[in-house]
Amino acid sequence: MDSVRRVISVIVINESSVLARVAGLFAGRGYNIESLTVAPIPKSDFSRLTVVTNGSQRVIEQITKQLNKLIPTLKVIEHEEMVEKEMVLVKFPSAEHISDIQALCSTYNGNIVHAGENNIIGMVADEPKRVENFLDACSRYNPLEIVRGGVVAIER
Amino acid sequence: MKMSGAQMVCEAIIAEGVTTVFGYPGGAIMNVYDAIYKQTGFEHILNRHEQASVHAADGYARATGKVGVAMVTSGPGFTNAVTGLATAYMDSIPMVVISGQVPLSLIGTDGFQEIDAVGISRPCTKHNYLVDKLEDLPRIMKEAFYIARSGRPGPVLVDVPKDITAEIGEFIYPTEVNMPTYKPNHKGNERQIKKAVDAIVAAKKPLLYIGGGVVLGNAGELVRKLANMAQIPTVETLMARGVMGHDNPLLLGMLGMHGNYSSNMAMSETDLVISLGARFDDRVTGKLSEFAKYAKIIHVDIDPANIGKLVDVDYPIVGDTAEVVAKMIELIEDSVDTSRYQAWRDILNRYNELHPLSYEDSDEVLKPQWVIERIGQTLGEQAIITSDVGQHQMWAAQFYPFDRPRQWINSGGLGTMGFGFPAAIGAKRGCPDKTVINITGDGSILMNMQELVTAAEYEIPVINVILNNHFLGMVRQWQTFFYEKRYSSTDLSFQPNFKMLAEACGGIGYDVTTKKEFDDALADAIKQNKVCFMNVAVNRLENVLPMVPAGGALYNMLLEHKEY
Ligand SMILES: Cc1ncc(C[n+]2csc(CCOP(=O)(O)OP(=O)(O)O)c2C)c(N)n1
Repeated sequence: MDSVRRVISVIVINESSVLARVAGLFAGRGYNIESLTVAPIPKSDFSRLTVVTNGSQRVIEQITKQLNKLIPTLKVIEHEEMVEKEMVLVKFPSAEHISDIQALCSTYNGNIVHAGENNIIGMVADEPKRVENFLDACSRYNPLEIVRGGVVAIER
Repeated sequence: MKMSGAQMVCEAIIAEGVTTVFGYPGGAIMNVYDAIYKQTGFEHILNRHEQASVHAADGYARATGKVGVAMVTSGPGFTNAVTGLATAYMDSIPMVVISGQVPLSLIGTDGFQEIDAVGISRPCTKHNYLVDKLEDLPRIMKEAFYIARSGRPGPVLVDVPKDITAEIGEFIYPTEVNMPTYKPNHKGNERQIKKAVDAIVAAKKPLLYIGGGVVLGNAGELVRKLANMAQIPTVETLMARGVMGHDNPLLLGMLGMHGNYSSNMAMSETDLVISLGARFDDRVTGKLSEFAKYAKIIHVDIDPANIGKLVDVDYPIVGDTAEVVAKMIELIEDSVDTSRYQAWRDILNRYNELHPLSYEDSDEVLKPQWVIERIGQTLGEQAIITSDVGQHQMWAAQFYPFDRPRQWINSGGLGTMGFGFPAAIGAKRGCPDKTVINITGDGSILMNMQELVTAAEYEIPVINVILNNHFLGMVRQWQTFFYEKRYSSTDLSFQPNFKMLAEACGGIGYDVTTKKEFDDALADAIKQNKVCFMNVAVNRLENVLPMVPAGGALYNMLLEHKEY
């Protein structure tokens, strides 16, 4: 069966073991995690986990059902109509042309967030596909380090 | 009322109506054991191994339908309990296991007998808790029992640090649970049920496929009623033996790897599978692409994740089997034409005449199948049969004349050798009026044989019938069929003296080699009312047949195996 990519949001009770439950479920049943982000939902007892995964239609269906089965899970949202964003930080040598990097970052909804003696750090927040493009473009400027934040998503 | 955390644990157990707790003490759980000493609300049975405690609680739960409770200490006490948790998890058995934990201040320091119990048990429990505040304890106990028995049942672990059980606090046991994230659906969608019933009425070759969920959901009687009313042929999984009753003409038998011919052929030729509380396990389906190839599928299950997991389903119905089947009966009553399936029933009856479930009896050597039939003739409906894992388990499932749900207790999902004896102890405690027989093998029985001491001490008269083939028989059978008879590590010629072993532990032993000796031993064992080992020498190289080789299609059964 064809593998499809899915962004799944899981609303869970904000308690210490819950991330282990979700991660353990993926590991134990052999599901892929492309990226995973977690943060508490403001003014509530819940957290929102955003998982990017891929698998056959049957596997994706199992993932959502198994996530739903976890006792601390309130809701699983598996939606094709999501606004997705991912943040990335890239460190460049200070010898590179700062204005070029600045221009590149702003093309992708970003900016220079640090320019010091040792290095320049750029930040971008954009759709995952565009983040890939940005990183491709960055390679010309000899990036020293790349830190990706994982996808966050919200329903349209 | 003010009391210690340890007392709260006991009070919660009493409030839940549990009358027997199985367990084993140790440092981290000692406060609770002290509270057990001072209370009179339940009995505590000291097994001689934590694995046995958990299996005993499990057997108690399976036999009675109530939640089983086991209690263990931290570290090795807990790790010994893991096999028991996994066994119960795979078969969806309602159980609460309480484990001691090192004091909160020591957690994470590799303290003495510290192990991450919630971490280890996460994949083999329905849910688990580490109690880190005394004030949460009453609520957690309440939730643990509720989660264990509601929805798709399963084991729940409550890990309680030692300082929590020592602390004094206010105890008010909640009367209700309020869990916004856990609300199992019982009803079943009415429109879907209606559509499924329409499909049944329109089918030509419908087949009821009954699983353990029917037993767990106490839906046995309703399922019988549905089958009888609509005159639909029926197959049972290993976990559902007893639901239809062995002499119901609609029951074809057990299906799957060691299912009988007509059951497996029925599944291969049906045009409508009505799956009730079954989960399409690989030991049942054989090769998936050939399974029920010509059929539409109705799948009724309390767990949505079971539906569509392995096969595509045409009529998915999430709900409690009893509630859904009751609704089906209502709808089907006036619309079904039972003569419609007559031709189908005739075909299946002919299959059954062609290849009935059978074995070749002998006057020279005892046949294990004969022994099981004999127990059935002697005790029938009166007995609860537990089992271990191997050939003896399959023969028991095939040849015992089961008549009711909860009469047959075995580890189907995990296949845990060593389950049968402690489970029998739990079943007997839960159902003292029944004769409890563990049908076991010479390999399996040794895996929890220390329970002889438990059963002798507490006067729990479990009859262990050891079908002794001096082999790890089931593995040996695979070696015969698929490994050119290279009997690697399966020969159990070196044996303990089972009779003396039983006697040494305060039980009774019997050595049996003939039919007459078996009848005498069984009669005596029933009369003596004491735990016993019945060492029954059976034909060494007997094979379990029919057999669908692993991964093969259900209709490709080995029906006989002549050469040896
Ligand atoms: C704890 C455990 N270890 C290993 C196995 C694998 N296994 C399945 S059947 C079997 C042989 C069982 O032998 P015995 O109890 O003598 O029963 P028989 O098959 O001879 O009737 C083994 C080793 C298992 N199911 N459980």
